[in-house]
Amino acid sequence: MFRRERSIPLRGSAAALCNNLSVLQLPVRNLTHFGVVHGPSAQLLSAAPEGVPLAQRQLQAKEGAGVSPPLITQVHWCVLPFRVLLVLTSHRGIQMYESDGSVMVYWHALDAGDASLVQAVFARGIAASGHFICVGMWSGQVLVFDIPAKGPNIVLSEELAGHQTPVTDIATEPAQGQDGVADVVTADDSGLLCVWQSGPEFKLLTRIPGFGVPCPSVQLWRGTIAAGYGNGQVRLYEASTGTLHVQIDAHARAICALDLAPELLSAAEDTFVHIWKLSRSPEGGYIEVEHCHGECVPDTQVCGARFCDPSGSSFAVTGYDLAEILRFSSM
Amino acid sequence: MSVRTLPLLFLNLGGEMLYILDQRLRAQNIPGDKARKVLNDIISTMFNRKFMEELFKPQELYSKKALRTVYDRLAHASIMRLNQASMDKLYDLMTMAFKYQVLLCPRPKDVLLVTFNHLDAIKGFIQDSPTLLHQVDETFQQLTEIYGGFSAGEFQLIRQTLLIFFQDLHIRVSIFLKDKVQNSNGRFVLPVSGPLPWGTKVPGLIRTFNNKGEEVRKVEFKHGGSYVAAPKEGSFELYGDRVLKLGTNMYSVNRPVETHMSGASENLAAQTQESIAPNPLAKEELNLLARLIGGMEIKKPSGPEPGFRLNLFTTDEEEEQAALTRPEELFYEVINIQATQDQQTNEELARIMGEFEILDQPRRSASKGDDLLAMMDELQLC
Repeated sequence: MFRRERSIPLRGSAAALCNNLSVLQLPVRNLTHFGVVHGPSAQLLSAAPEGVPLAQRQLQAKEGAGVSPPLITQVHWCVLPFRVLLVLTSHRGIQMYESDGSVMVYWHALDAGDASLVQAVFARGIAASGHFICVGMWSGQVLVFDIPAKGPNIVLSEELAGHQTPVTDIATEPAQGQDGVADVVTADDSGLLCVWQSGPEFKLLTRIPGFGVPCPSVQLWRGTIAAGYGNGQVRLYEASTGTLHVQIDAHARAICALDLAPELLSAAEDTFVHIWKLSRSPEGGYIEVEHCHGECVPDTQVCGARFCDPSGSSFAVTGYDLAEILRFSSM
Repeated sequence: MSVRTLPLLFLNLGGEMLYILDQRLRAQNIPGDKARKVLNDIISTMFNRKFMEELFKPQELYSKKALRTVYDRLAHASIMRLNQASMDKLYDLMTMAFKYQVLLCPRPKDVLLVTFNHLDAIKGFIQDSPTLLHQVDETFQQLTEIYGGFSAGEFQLIRQTLLIFFQDLHIRVSIFLKDKVQNSNGRFVLPVSGPLPWGTKVPGLIRTFNNKGEEVRKVEFKHGGSYVAAPKEGSFELYGDRVLKLGTNMYSVNRPVETHMSGASENLAAQTQESIAPNPLAKEELNLLARLIGGMEIKKPSGPEPGFRLNLFTTDEEEEQAALTRPEELFYEVINIQATQDQQTNEELARIMGEFEILDQPRRSASKGDDLLAMMDELQLC
């Protein structure tokens, strides 16, 4: 059972995007950082354990040519071996900051060419893998940036081709070191999932085709891929083979966010947030899922949800048009 | 965001505008032939081929200010006049209605069905005019050509773009409050029951498969809502049962249109951001606007047809009161561009002015560019 905790007020309401909440846990400093996209700006704030807001900062999308100010698509903290960077993706490019958002260390402008005349051009989908940061593109490409231990000398190391439609989300987990073991998953608007092994050269291991609906959110944990789809389904796959193991008719509207830590959290536009327990069956070794808890956020189209601690005993939720971060913790 | 959103935004808002005007014309007992002429003139301007051509070009959404200017012009495409307070109220109602429809769409693609509902109703207003009917049908075809092949992902982007456009608008509408689709805090009710989107299964089932793809376990869970599968998919053909009720006319003579101004707007910071747009942005937007409005062929009134004023409120006193008490954060600023020194802009405006026919008495001004700017200024005062 979960109970509602004190909300954290936001300066601006959350935009109707997917994966619109990033959480950086800093247990050593007894702090939690939250990042939410409002539209042309993103808000970062840090809070103490009881949800008391301590500091906040707003970041703007870097201006460019165009009629209206550029919109941010996602904000996400990337935890790398020696540093944490905050990454912002927009319709103009990719901005990388030190983790508190105080200094921009890198700017990558989107090279749209003539594409921007007929289709939306943007970056979306952010994840850290080892000392790399992967960022998805409207074209389906995934850019891989090599991040040094400190300083701004960030280099575009590779451009992965695997998707034909805009990338929606990227998930990673620490590399196992063995060859052929997946540690990066990328998802796109057609529902296709590409499974990769990171390295100086990323290797495409397998592809899991879509079925006509977008996959806005994906997670990877202990070799299991959790994917949320536009028709409300959550599917769990074996990362190494791409085999489907579990199919959950979880929500009545499109899923907008997933988190995995070790429980699975799913949130959708139907106002519900569900928590599922994952386990490996003793025989067979396949994945089993049990529904733990469902929370309805009345009249709110949820757009972001994350666990706030490593054990999954608390989580936070954002909703479209809502100028606060809702918090829940288990009793 | 999506560069294919403007046609959907424009047509749906235009449809809502016509519903409201139709209701007010009848409530104010405007003679049938005059009322029909007003609606005909507006619809004819909306679906003008040149205008539609500009509208359907891939482009970013206009700012709220710019879009409001287009509707100001459209509402005055006939002998009808609206005071500022009535125009404000009209625009409030239009935007909240479409925001509601977008939010409640079960699938992102259903926004196309909402658009078709509006077009179906518009055709109902112009049954006696075969040329106009043909224009609307052509627009139908254009919509089908462009959006018919869009993927679910592209519709999701359009939905997100529309919702970002409507972000932070919480004006309370009486008819919504009465029907309990809007809460007293201005937020819409999102029901957790009813028909599911086409293609979504009833939540509540967990299926487990083995390595060979065989189902080995089936477990149910309580999902908290009370949903049923959609009975059938709405039709995307020229004629057909849309199934979805969103976008159909919710007004009738007995349901007056009222708005309450939601007092403290929650995100003042967000709204002031919009109104202090830097001048270079305004210039470029004026160019686009002028191109769009230039495609509107406004007819001059034939003969000694007198104009009349439509009131969106029940009495003139109410209208005056509304103008005085409108909260500052809800002011719609119609584009008010200082005369630019930009030679290129003036030339372009002059070119577009040549395609214009102004309804009012001609002003004596030195350059045609000034005429357009003066006209824009006048819109703010009417």
